[in-house]
Amino acid sequence: MKKSLYLLFAVFLTLGVTGHAPPARAAGLEAFDFTGDVDEERFKHLIVELRCLVCQNQSLADSDADLAHDLRREIYELMQQGKSDEEIVDFLVQRYGDFVLYNPPVKPETWILWYGPFALLGVGLLILAFTVRQRKRQSDTPLSEQEQQKLKTLLGDDDNGDKPA
Amino acid sequence: MPAFVRYLAPLLAFLALAGLLYKGLSLDPRKVPSPLIDKPAPTFRLPTLEQPGRFLDNEAFRGKVVLFNVWATWCVACRQEHPVLMRLRELGVPIYGLDYKDKREDAQRWLQAYGNPYVANAFDEEGRVGIDWGVYGTPETFVIDRQGVIRHKHIGPLSYDDIENEIMPLLRKLRESDG
Repeated sequence: MKKSLYLLFAVFLTLGVTGHAPPARAAGLEAFDFTGDVDEERFKHLIVELRCLVCQNQSLADSDADLAHDLRREIYELMQQGKSDEEIVDFLVQRYGDFVLYNPPVKPETWILWYGPFALLGVGLLILAFTVRQRKRQSDTPLSEQEQQKLKTLLGDDDNGDKPA
Repeated sequence: MPAFVRYLAPLLAFLALAGLLYKGLSLDPRKVPSPLIDKPAPTFRLPTLEQPGRFLDNEAFRGKVVLFNVWATWCVACRQEHPVLMRLRELGVPIYGLDYKDKREDAQRWLQAYGNPYVANAFDEEGRVGIDWGVYGTPETFVIDRQGVIRHKHIGPLSYDDIENEIMPLLRKLRESDG
């Protein structure tokens, strides 16, 4: 059993080395030339932050949709023209809206998104504080005569109640 | 805390959440609101689909209330939408087309085979004008007023219901305003 597991492991290792498993990312990236002015790191950083509108839960870096290809090309060319990250993001937001951003800006329409969780946390804390205070008040009231009596019978009135006989 | 508040609070919270979720059911996440609404239509200049030597630009529809329809022959929903566009043409609505990332012969053949609802088509082979217009899924239809401002965007194929309830009333309204 152990031996076959090792064998399996070895097979996976060779797969990795010989490159039979296709690289998970890098869809379409190979097509660009980063030997010139365009900084590959900056490019990769940008396309990870931007959302593909076709496959909406993928970034431009992950998506293989046709539009994602075109937008990567567009971003690459804008970088070649020496545009800053901000200008490139603005370019896309003007056309596609805030939806393209994985990191949406703070403005009245996104307040619920940004502050909603904190508001909920606050409400939760208020409820917690309220409940704790109420419980405390209840436990502060002394036991009535009857309750005292019941407590004594439950604990056993002889003072070696909880010692083993 | 009075008892009725204590019992009512969870019920109200539940109703509020149910209301939100119910609203969410009727929203389509694929319909991304366009930031171009109420902005001047992006300028473009492209060869026409019909004749590569001739060009189409924003001047073509200046002073008119028009539809700007983004389509392609590889787009299945466009085929579905096509008869509706033909109906719009019958109703006298000027439609300008943007043939998006298509092959010229394919598109020309399409118009010959199924009929041509367009006044003219711009041929956007590389999809760059499409990007300027924020196109992310064909078909998309923009309503443009006399001043060349985008007043409405319909994402996905138009249906007969859409033109009756959405497009025609808006076109009438835009035609009547500031004569």
